[in-house]
Amino acid sequence: MSTITTKEKQLKEESCEKSLPDKSGHFGKYGGRFVPETLIPALEQLEREYLKAKEDSKFNDELKYYLREYVGRPSPLYFAKRLTEKLNGAKIYLKREDLNHTGAHKINNTLGQILLAIRMGKERIIAETGAGQHGVATATAAAMFGMKCDVYMGEEDMRRQSLNVFRMKLLGANVIPVKTGSKTLKDATNEALRDWMASVKNTHYIIGSVVGPHPYPMMVRDFQTIIGREAKEQIQKAEGQLPDYIIACVGGGSNSIGIFYPFIEDTGVKLIGVEAGGLGFDAGQHAATLSKGESGILHGSLSYVLQDDDGQTSEVHSISAGLDYPGVGPEHSYLKDTKRAEYVSVTDDEAVDAFNLCAHLEGIIPALEAAHAIAYTVKFAPSVAKDKIIVVNLSGSGDKDSFEVAKKLEMKI
Amino acid sequence: MNRIDAKFKELKERNETAFIPFITAGDPNLSVTRSLILEFDKKGSDMIELGIPFSDPIADGPVIQSSYYRALSGGIKVSNILEIVKEIRRESEIPIVSMISYSILYKNGCENFIRNAVKAGFDGATIPDLPIEEAEDIIETAKKEDFKIICFVAPTTTNDRMELIVKRSQGFIYYISIVGITGARNDLSDDITKNIQNIKRKTNLPVALGFGISTPEQAGMAGKIADGVIVGSAIMREIEKFRNQDDNILVNRVGQFVGELVTSTKH
Repeated sequence: MSTITTKEKQLKEESCEKSLPDKSGHFGKYGGRFVPETLIPALEQLEREYLKAKEDSKFNDELKYYLREYVGRPSPLYFAKRLTEKLNGAKIYLKREDLNHTGAHKINNTLGQILLAIRMGKERIIAETGAGQHGVATATAAAMFGMKCDVYMGEEDMRRQSLNVFRMKLLGANVIPVKTGSKTLKDATNEALRDWMASVKNTHYIIGSVVGPHPYPMMVRDFQTIIGREAKEQIQKAEGQLPDYIIACVGGGSNSIGIFYPFIEDTGVKLIGVEAGGLGFDAGQHAATLSKGESGILHGSLSYVLQDDDGQTSEVHSISAGLDYPGVGPEHSYLKDTKRAEYVSVTDDEAVDAFNLCAHLEGIIPALEAAHAIAYTVKFAPSVAKDKIIVVNLSGSGDKDSFEVAKKLEMKI
Repeated sequence: MNRIDAKFKELKERNETAFIPFITAGDPNLSVTRSLILEFDKKGSDMIELGIPFSDPIADGPVIQSSYYRALSGGIKVSNILEIVKEIRRESEIPIVSMISYSILYKNGCENFIRNAVKAGFDGATIPDLPIEEAEDIIETAKKEDFKIICFVAPTTTNDRMELIVKRSQGFIYYISIVGITGARNDLSDDITKNIQNIKRKTNLPVALGFGISTPEQAGMAGKIADGVIVGSAIMREIEKFRNQDDNILVNRVGQFVGELVTSTKH
């Protein structure tokens, strides 16, 4: 009896995973493929190869092997006892993606994509990076598989995340500074897309989030769902039930979709995405795309975007380089409109306070991105009954943020 | 008849290749844009491709991107560009095609933009980030206004897609002569002739060649194999060179360069 149930459940899960996006890459009205003609054949090839690989047990076994032996998965789901006591509300569990090799969830996706690139016979890897975590994860995978790797990074982000720039160089990647526009993640993405237009024959572009043209939002999501699948198993083991809330930060949205997705059909589980409220909701002071944006096109897909009334992308701000982005993955736009997920925001200051609190109470220094999820938890948990369970995705480690936080707190390192 | 159709018909009768200069609207300012278009017309250009600046272009190289950046720094809006085209129409009947990112088109509303563009005097548009699969609705809307949506074929385009693109494209086909982004290159690839012949077997529409044509010599070579030659980055680089000089000098010098391109295209 129980075997049948598990199998049925598995089937149900699989059919759900296949339902969206539709064949042309749309999540409702969002998503799609808005890129120059030159790139379309490459995206079609990528989609074909990915769908084939997904069904190929050899590919899946290889990916599983590297995730286990190289990344160190599964990552723990840790009961944050002191944080729970302090907030005096719901039980708080932390999904420790910071413990992955390279210190964040990004490696789940880069390993999947680099194996795909090898299958497609590509020789060179390019990537964009904001906080540098995706750049480091890409450089790491490229080093391990002996592939040439160029990473585009905005000059402003290179300043904020100099440690990660150094790490990428150590790993043998070439970091290309991007001096255009706001010199941040969006501009690095433009440059990477441009590079790809000219190099598509021998190069694979590893996009680091659930953004960009189809099939990226789907493919990156699938590679990141390992987070949610593990969390589901772990919480059931620890508590004998599903969580009541899942809280994760949203920049482009890959860690959040990764943990949300396996719970999509469990409607009793509330999904909460936390965006960067920056310095407040004046234009240019935040990066809360879902909270404050409108639908538009950026980087190859239709989604919520922060832009002016003519369609020019707005300036954005967040203390966290990984959330400092005027767009968001199309599936999040869909989840917002269908109300399956709720999106909120916290400010820079709240994130820094949570960064400190987590370090003091739990001995865990979270990435500034993940500190946004914790900050909302700090506000939210006290109002929730003690028998309720919150799972927070601790998407990355804060080691990379030491300099930026020290500067903010006016401390010298 | 739409000005683009009329122009290609006229050129065909004269057995001549169209020369189509591209410039960014508003770099260095819209009044210079107006003067440049009128000057290009005088120098024998057959059509203008007018780039509507976008903050995050992905199909354009560094030269055009920085011209967009400069134009946007001047606070330019789509409505200002429509106004300047209206002014140009008082003095010139040269066909004008806008190059517009789908981001801007979507935000302005496709129907709304097309209606206003036609009213201002635009004859069509290229939308570099709108692939053929997503373009059906807008092409139908545009047809009602006799506004031409010109579609791209790239060297990477497969045969099946090419069939669909040439069937839907209006006005002419824009063939991307190199794999990559716009920008001046040193030589033309050998496959171009073969690919253009392949397109011409599938359609009666004229085929214009763009991306990477930077010198009068290259324009001459391109002119032998295509019905139209589009030059963008090389002209924008000239504008960049003279942008800090007197407007008249800028218009004069850039006009001279376009004149050379016209001559060698048509020779």
